[in-house]
Amino acid sequence: MTNVPHNAKRTVGWMGIHRGHKARPVEWLAEKFIYLISLTAILMVFLIFVFVAREAMPLVMGKMNSAAARPVIAAKEMDKLKPDELRDYLGLTAKEFQQLDKEALTALMEVREEEAKEAPKDKDATVNTTEWKYLLGAHHWSDSRPEDRYVWQPIGRIHKYNLWPLIIGSLKTTIVALLFSVPLALAAAIYVSQLSSPSLKEWLKPAIELLSGVPSVVLGFFGLIVMATFLQGTFGYQSRLNAFVAGIALGLAVIPVVFSIAEDALTSVPRSYTQAALALGASKWQAAWQIVLPAAAPGVFAAVVLGFGRAIGETMVVLMASGNASIMSLSLFDSTRSITATIAAELAEAVFGGHHYRMLFLIGAMLFIVTFLTNLAGDLIMHRLKGRLEGRAK
Amino acid sequence: MKALKSTSLLAAALALAVSAQAENITVKGSDTLVVLAQKWAEAYMGKHADTKIQVTGGGSGTGFAALQNKTTDLANASRKIKPAEITTCIKAFGKRPTEYKVCLDGLSVFVSADNAVKELTVAQIADIFNGKTKNWKEVGGADAPITVYSRENSSGTYEFFKENVLQGKDFASSAQTMPGTAAVLQAVAKDKNGIGYGGAAYGAGAKHLAVKKDDASPAIEPTEDNVIKGLYPIWRYLYVYVNPALDKGEVAKYLTWIRSDEGQKIVKDVGYFPLPKNLRE
Repeated sequence: MTNVPHNAKRTVGWMGIHRGHKARPVEWLAEKFIYLISLTAILMVFLIFVFVAREAMPLVMGKMNSAAARPVIAAKEMDKLKPDELRDYLGLTAKEFQQLDKEALTALMEVREEEAKEAPKDKDATVNTTEWKYLLGAHHWSDSRPEDRYVWQPIGRIHKYNLWPLIIGSLKTTIVALLFSVPLALAAAIYVSQLSSPSLKEWLKPAIELLSGVPSVVLGFFGLIVMATFLQGTFGYQSRLNAFVAGIALGLAVIPVVFSIAEDALTSVPRSYTQAALALGASKWQAAWQIVLPAAAPGVFAAVVLGFGRAIGETMVVLMASGNASIMSLSLFDSTRSITATIAAELAEAVFGGHHYRMLFLIGAMLFIVTFLTNLAGDLIMHRLKGRLEGRAK
Repeated sequence: MKALKSTSLLAAALALAVSAQAENITVKGSDTLVVLAQKWAEAYMGKHADTKIQVTGGGSGTGFAALQNKTTDLANASRKIKPAEITTCIKAFGKRPTEYKVCLDGLSVFVSADNAVKELTVAQIADIFNGKTKNWKEVGGADAPITVYSRENSSGTYEFFKENVLQGKDFASSAQTMPGTAAVLQAVAKDKNGIGYGGAAYGAGAKHLAVKKDDASPAIEPTEDNVIKGLYPIWRYLYVYVNPALDKGEVAKYLTWIRSDEGQKIVKDVGYFPLPKNLRE
């Protein structure tokens, strides 16, 4: 046995092929395959973002015009226009213009004329509502009530796209969800990782994490039917479905996310910390609260950040339990409309490639950026925490 | 040799099968119409075994998008086609799509069965949904705040109601939006201060209001007779759109059948109202 070469363990290859490390063709293939899959995943995320951004781009660049009334030229005047003018008037690309025959162009002119005939005469009818000042600023529209200055009403004579009701709606449900779920999830994480007996932990941890296996549509249904009635009976507010109900139902979806990451963070604090504290006469509770929790603070923070990302991106629960009224109000007991629910509810009927369609992609892109940044921040913080704890433990 | 024989037999059978199911009609669009369209398709396929009709929903807008991409033969719609959609159709196939009215739909205004209010004028309904009227006592009911239930703005019913009852004004921003007429009805049935609207065919659990065109006219119940005669003021057409280049052969036959007495009889089973005789051509 003393004569065994130094690379012995390598030569015992797969199925006894003695050609060293690289002689395991299946493993090699598997490795490359997994590598490829992970690359594809990154590529997919990138492509999705490119797609969403591309659909929203004309709007961001200010190239869309949503004015209900546009200047019109009578169809019989068509021959007087130069080809370039005509193309410009009809908003066609050079390629489209070439492919259309005279008859089709006349039809297009007629459609524009009919559109103008039916267009509203209000003073706001000529306004391009997709300009940023209307998306973010207050405006008194001629066809809505004077007290409503921030309005999301995409369908109608004037297409009103103010983003604030949706942003506030999303934030309201998210904040309720976090206020409800974070204390519960953190308490559970501290108990499970620090205080409970190992046998109890074996039960508790999977039980809580099982909650993340509940489909969100089921949670939404539960919120809509059971919780809405129960909470209205308890608190006695007027609208049955509101930000509060949706937030609590959403909280149930957030608990397992926050719990699972916070528990990991708390468990990854070396045992020696607790042991040292206990040896110095601290109680178990003092050790957990004053030693372990501060040491794991960045991880706990990351858990909350990731919980935020989950809450703001969740669609089904909010769509079902929030009442979906785009009200500009800070009260938690008013119905509310979130960004995600708006996209889910409106995209199917939006005119393909129109301003409403692009607007939904714009808010989708905003949401994507927000969740991407929060997830990235959460991951970075976790990573730093792990590095720090491992570095010190050595 | 035997193998060759069986292969050729198989090939012949395949060829026969392909030629037998030559006619395939796809129908896509409005969710309001999807049940009716399926019933039509079933009845028609029962009589014409060589025609296959595929019906899917997704919304009127989805139907128009499919019409533009030529992925569907017929597009169902619960609203009129919009200028922007006609424009894309012309860009795609050079002509504007042909419009067929296929049936009538009456829209009811529902309140809870406990509500004392029995009838409203169109103007009062508009004020309630617009948010101007906020309390039931202003329209002859109890002293209680009104909760308004509406549909998602992707719904053709929503657009119709907004354009024709609210005269284009916005719904009150506090109006809760529900994913379907059944959901509106359920919410109104549970909420004694609620009010909502939807197809006249729905209705168990809530009370249909009689509607007056204006203060002077009589209150009309949304019954079939009243809707077909045009007495009830809130009603609309439902449509099917088709690319004129495809409007021939089996597709044209099917469209004619839909609007025949036989097709219109099915309309009633689903809860809509048949076209008046003069519109069936």
